Amino acid sequence: MSTTAEQATFDTLEADEVLLEARGVTMRFGGLVAVDGVDLTVRAGEIVGLIGPNGAGKTTFFNCLTGLYKPTSGVVSFAGRPLRPRPRAVVRAGMARTFQNIRLFQNMTALENVMVGRYCRTSAGPLTSIVRGPKFRREEAETRARAQELLEFVGMPDVADTLARNLPYGDQRRLEVARALATDPQLLLLDEPTAGMNPQETRQAEVLIQRIRQTGLAVVVIEHDMRFIFNLCDRVLCLVRGSVLVEGTPEEVQSDPRVIEAYIGTSADEPDETGSTPEDGAPRA
Amino acid sequence: MRRPQIVTDERRRRHGGTGWLVALVGAVVLVGAPYLPWAYGDEAMDDMTYLGGPSPTQFLGLALGAALLVCLLAARFLVPRLPAARRRWFAWHTGASAVATGALAFQAVVVVAVALELGGLVNVEYGGWIALAGALLAFAGTRLLVPERTATLGRVHSPGWLVIVVIAVVMLGSLLLIAHALDEDDPGVFIALLVFVGAAVVLVLRVGLGGWFSSQTARFRPVLVMAAFLVAFAFPFTQDGSNANMSIATQVLIFAATALGLNIVVGLAGLLDLGYIAFLGAGAFVAAILSGSAFSAVGWNPPFIVTVLISGVVASVLGLIIGSPTLRVSGDYLAIVTLAFGEIFRLVMINLDGNDGPDLTNGSNGIPNIPDLNLLGFDFGEPHVILGVEIPRFANYYFLLLVLIGLVIVVFANLNRSRIGRGWVAIREDEKAAEAMGVNVFGLKLFAFAGGAFLAGVAGAVKAHHDISVTPDQYVFLESAFLLAAVVLGGMGTILGVLVGATLLRLMPEKLRFFDEYRLLAFGLLLVVMMRFRPEGLIASRRRQLEFHEDDEELAAHTGETPPGAGRVEPEGAR
Ligand SMILES: Nc1ncnc2c1ncn2[C@@H]1O[C@H](COP(=O)(O)OP(=O)(O)OP(=O)(O)O)[C@@H](O)[C@H]1O
Ligand SMILES: [Mg+2]
Repeated sequence: MSTTAEQATFDTLEADEVLLEARGVTMRFGGLVAVDGVDLTVRAGEIVGLIGPNGAGKTTFFNCLTGLYKPTSGVVSFAGRPLRPRPRAVVRAGMARTFQNIRLFQNMTALENVMVGRYCRTSAGPLTSIVRGPKFRREEAETRARAQELLEFVGMPDVADTLARNLPYGDQRRLEVARALATDPQLLLLDEPTAGMNPQETRQAEVLIQRIRQTGLAVVVIEHDMRFIFNLCDRVLCLVRGSVLVEGTPEEVQSDPRVIEAYIGTSADEPDETGSTPEDGAPRA
Repeated sequence: MRRPQIVTDERRRRHGGTGWLVALVGAVVLVGAPYLPWAYGDEAMDDMTYLGGPSPTQFLGLALGAALLVCLLAARFLVPRLPAARRRWFAWHTGASAVATGALAFQAVVVVAVALELGGLVNVEYGGWIALAGALLAFAGTRLLVPERTATLGRVHSPGWLVIVVIAVVMLGSLLLIAHALDEDDPGVFIALLVFVGAAVVLVLRVGLGGWFSSQTARFRPVLVMAAFLVAFAFPFTQDGSNANMSIATQVLIFAATALGLNIVVGLAGLLDLGYIAFLGAGAFVAAILSGSAFSAVGWNPPFIVTVLISGVVASVLGLIIGSPTLRVSGDYLAIVTLAFGEIFRLVMINLDGNDGPDLTNGSNGIPNIPDLNLLGFDFGEPHVILGVEIPRFANYYFLLLVLIGLVIVVFANLNRSRIGRGWVAIREDEKAAEAMGVNVFGLKLFAFAGGAFLAGVAGAVKAHHDISVTPDQYVFLESAFLLAAVVLGGMGTILGVLVGATLLRLMPEKLRFFDEYRLLAFGLLLVVMMRFRPEGLIASRRRQLEFHEDDEELAAHTGETPPGAGRVEPEGAR
């Protein structure tokens, strides 16, 4: 993770330079307002937590940021430039994500999965690929080497030739992180990176995210595990019914009575819309 | 999807010994029966009326019986005597099952062919029935054998010269076989030969030699490819200047080149194109119009290289026009739009006749009298003498088409093993995730579509000169369906598979003329059977196989090796 290119982008950024700036992001599905005027600012090198009960709109907010959904209204800008809601533009600008329900390319090997992440940072076109000149071969070799390097970075040096679908669950989550890192992001969006993990794996994930931050990346992480959020985050947003209820340090947010009420309230009297169990939505402490 | 299991492992363990004995009796009968007469009339197949003198077809039956015998005896007597490390080199029982199934199919084909060619089952003489009974015994018996799970021969490292010799023998064998099969004009014998070859190939794969061949030849891949091309190149020299087989061969090559282009669209990018033939047609019409034919409405006659490029570009522009609005929406729309496009293309070509539209194509009469190609002074219309062998007109085109196919193969293989190929796989796997990872989904789809169209256009340009005339009714939906069938049948995403599929689909109607009325029926049945038992095609790409068997853990676990039940698998992706 300490390639010179990466280091260079990091050095050019001021420590508190604003990376991501979302203003009034709103997403409507028919009558349902899933995300309602959410503001979010992320500075370089920050880890921001996003919490909230099931169906609060966290994943939908991510989808709006990454261009998978086109927000009904609101603006997103990245490193000072407005961002078109197109996934490719977003990735190129420097924002990559993982998915809540793992979306790896199951029938590709782990290495190939990460190599796909390099797609937007490589340029071999049809003719180059058919002729396979020295430039093509150099780029392929670099892609391969970088992918292997990233597999090592997330702690899976030996799985390069294993099919993604044959990996254990925890490794699949880490592979998704490696694939996202392959796009050379400045900001990483992680959607429940520890869902379904045992305490030991959760601990490893924590360490991994710390190391990612040390390489100069900013991270926004959706989590239900409060201890995880507490250990990692500089700042936490609590989203309820599509809008930001509280924003502050982990201590402030965790002790805020409204947050506790929101969690207990919704999981008790609102039917679960996302199909996950109620405990998933409650803060685990 | 699992096949129904009548014979369970439990039963196999209990009755394996009986099964072996029954199969052995069947094998002995199969070896002996060819010496008996199989038919009452000598017009059936290749004269199987003699007692004590097997005909060539009967020898094929004998060979299957002998192979079965070898498998059975080796499993019982050879394996226990080997050192432990070598006991699992071959999967004898698995091989025995395969060859017994093949023998049964073979004998059934013989009986049916005799009955059809002579008019009734009464014309099958006792030897034919005995052989069939032997095959049935062998089939039933081998069902009770416990199949070996894997053959380990693939892991044995063999000296390079041995591998090269085997490659040479395999290639020469295929050359002789193809030449022989093309000369065969009795439909019964032809099908029996096909079944025999199929049985032999499956036997070789199942018994463990397939694993050895693919793992050993991986080191000599360029040699293998060169040898294959050399064999293909040598084929016209075996034909004594005759045009008959060469004309079939060129048709196969045109069909195969087009199918390979379609395989980029369907097999690699995963787009269902039901109107691909229209791109071939577009290329053919462009080439015909620019050919200098007296019936062409355009006087300009550029050199062929230019014509080829224009044909390809026109086809790919059509591809862009069809693709850019439809590729943004999900898959099914594309299938419908391309289906319609194929029809529209044909109708437009019919109507560009000067009455209903501008005069470009002479309507349904098309453009006849397209002159033969003349490249650098080499006239494709004239026979030439090369190395003392006369090379007739079709053989000239054959060589050109070989070059074309070589080109398509290079394009296919290199795209597959590149950033673009990885992008296509990612799109097939999970389009949304690919998009979120920065893959240019729309661009890659459009490129596959237009690039495939370009290749078809180029093939069409050669086809126009080869066919001498171009008419709209050559480019109908049925042809698109056959192209797609060649891809699906042979194996989506593989080169060898599509070559095999295209060859089978073009050769069979040629050799089975009497079957013409039932051609579509048989074709449909074949596809249904394939979809049920081997949806990934005859020669599967590893990845496609995984995609079609999402729940098969065992298959997924064997990423590196060839499981005995999986047939030949093309390695994919650069290692
Ligand atoms: N594509 C869609 N169409 C319609 N409604 C949607 C769509 N996507 C999300 N929603 C709705 O938007 C709301 C927010 O869902 P979202 O998945 O963002 O919640 P979440 O905060 O991520 O919850 P969880 O913690 O369970 O992951 C839910 O009510 C959901 O049903
Ligand atoms: Mg969510």
